[in-house]
Amino acid sequence: MKILVCISKAPDTTSKIAFSAGNTQFDENGVQFIVNPYDEWYALVRALELKEANGGNVTIITVGTAGDDSVIRKALAIGADDAVRIDAEPTDAYFTAMQIANYAKENGFDIVLTGKETINYNGSQVGGMIAEAMDLPFVSLAAKLDMNGNTATMEREVTGGVQVVQVNTPFVASCAKGMAEQRIPNMRGIMAARTKPLNVVAPASVDMLTSFVSYDTPDAKSSVKLIDPENMDELVNLLHNEAKVI
Amino acid sequence: MILVYVNSDHGIGKSAMEVVTYGKKLGDVTVVTAGGASDADLAKLGQYGASKVMIDRNAKADDAQQLTRLVATAAAAVGAKIIVFSNDLVAKAVAPRLSVKLKAGLISGAIALPEMGSDFTCKVNVFSGKAFGNVKVNSDIKIISLLPNSIQPELTGADCAVENFDGAVGDIKVKVLETKIPEGEIPLTEAEVVVSAGRGLKGPENWGMVEDLAKTLGAATACSRPVADIGWRPHHEHVGQTGFAIRPNLYIAAGISGAIQHLAGVNGSKVIVVINTDPEAPFFKAADYGVIGDAFEVLPRLNEALKKFKAANN
Ligand SMILES: Cc1cc2nc3c(=O)[nH]c(=O)nc-3n(C[C@H](O)[C@H](O)[C@H](O)COP(=O)(O)OP(=O)(O)OC[C@H]3O[C@@H](n4cnc5c(N)ncnc54)[C@H](O)[C@@H]3O)c2cc1C
Ligand SMILES: Nc1ncnc2c1ncn2[C@@H]1O[C@H](COP(=O)(O)O)[C@@H](O)[C@H]1O
Repeated sequence: MKILVCISKAPDTTSKIAFSAGNTQFDENGVQFIVNPYDEWYALVRALELKEANGGNVTIITVGTAGDDSVIRKALAIGADDAVRIDAEPTDAYFTAMQIANYAKENGFDIVLTGKETINYNGSQVGGMIAEAMDLPFVSLAAKLDMNGNTATMEREVTGGVQVVQVNTPFVASCAKGMAEQRIPNMRGIMAARTKPLNVVAPASVDMLTSFVSYDTPDAKSSVKLIDPENMDELVNLLHNEAKVI
Repeated sequence: MILVYVNSDHGIGKSAMEVVTYGKKLGDVTVVTAGGASDADLAKLGQYGASKVMIDRNAKADDAQQLTRLVATAAAAVGAKIIVFSNDLVAKAVAPRLSVKLKAGLISGAIALPEMGSDFTCKVNVFSGKAFGNVKVNSDIKIISLLPNSIQPELTGADCAVENFDGAVGDIKVKVLETKIPEGEIPLTEAEVVVSAGRGLKGPENWGMVEDLAKTLGAATACSRPVADIGWRPHHEHVGQTGFAIRPNLYIAAGISGAIQHLAGVNGSKVIVVINTDPEAPFFKAADYGVIGDAFEVLPRLNEALKKFKAANN
């Protein structure tokens, strides 16, 4: 079983979000980068578990620049066999997805996994786009994935509940909470990661359909109005007459 | 021409009214939908501004590949330049596929109407609600996936025509074995009021007071991540950076410290009420109203006060 896991770089969840160059660029000053949590905790770990149970190979792929290599090595330390970096700035989801789809088509994978979404741009776009570009079924927001031969049984989130679905390989799925438990890389993994193959591939020529032109940060809240814990009638009164939300 | 996809399988929900209202502000709206909704229900979308509803009763409302073909066929049929979805779980599966199929730029998580000057740009939530971005779309056809609760539904017209439509939806590759949707619960992402609690509640046996308050308010319930992780509450209630992002009118948080990852999922809420014993809890900095006190006393007291208010105002 050949599994491709899409990994993206994301700012650590505690990062202060600020912008530079007249609010047109994310300010990376002092920001720590991590593997996007959904990609690492759920997609990658589940792929490794499937490999451990059924044999096969887990390749990770990133569309990014050389600055992403340390994040890629981290994912290798958790246990992926090899890595591919498509050497381009991933500014547009369509551009990113088409690069991954091209690589996946040429190299033949049984399963392509992505995270639910990136925690910086939150598009939840790349997985579905890869599936369409490869004309494959896509199971979005899978919280469980079990394989039996070539058939996958998955549980996925639907509005207000869950759905159990079945699909044959090849397919694309995006992975959400429930799929697996986070793994902490051990020393052996970290050492091994240094020598695992990381293939840098030139990007295909693809149009960009969207671009971020500027950013804003939300207005700071005016200071909190404190209410006496004994006097909840006052809170109700404020919510009704001042905030007008009840 | 504006094409709006609505989910009508479980009746016409608030998000459907929102996207039709949104589309109407951009131009003449045709609605496309799949599944088994009644003509009478669908015709009501005319009241929010739709000129016409097209339904393909052979398409399965939960198959992303079929829905993609349906919306693409409908877009070609009406010559749509803008296609609008509600950014729910269906849109997250369908809109990206459609973007590739039509080579149309996708704006996901829009929170406002687009600017349509020389550039077509739209404001979206990024960094899990910690910032906004303005996205420019370069393609001829644009797809917008609107975050729920970003616009108020407006009644502007009368019932409209409902037509059967053949979306050339093709076969299904993903077999649905079972769908489990608990009856009668308000979907968290659509709820206007959300009551949420965290580790400060000490154990799952204490959630009765949260549920009671939610019931009085007609609210959905939510929780912080550790609470879902230890299994006190179901995963689908987990809000924050790694859970659901919500933007209700009113968010009431009890016994939640207000870690940055929690705030990321809730700071789009219009009004935030925080109940916490610790005056230094970071959540107070993000709150509109704060109650420094014990949730075990404050929640029941607030519930009583609300009941009294409701009785007096009915
Ligand atoms: C990568 C990453 C992603 C994360 N994603 C999320 C996410 O999506 N959502 C999320 O919620 N968290 C997330 N977290 C976890 C987050 O950092 C916090 O640990 C978590 O939000 C804390 O939950 P809590 O407020 O319920 O618990 P605590 O931090 O333990 O806070 C409990 C609060 O209850 C108060 N309290 C105690 N007793 C009472 C009482 N009787 N009455 C009133 N108040 C009381 C305390 O003063 C305290 O402020 C993430 C963390 C990481 C590292
Ligand atoms: N630059 C990238 N390289 C590789 N995979 C990516 C990249 N960006 C996004 N992905 C994958 O696509 C998923 C959804 O991303 P997004 O559409 O940006 O929310 C992520 O969880 C990753 O698995």
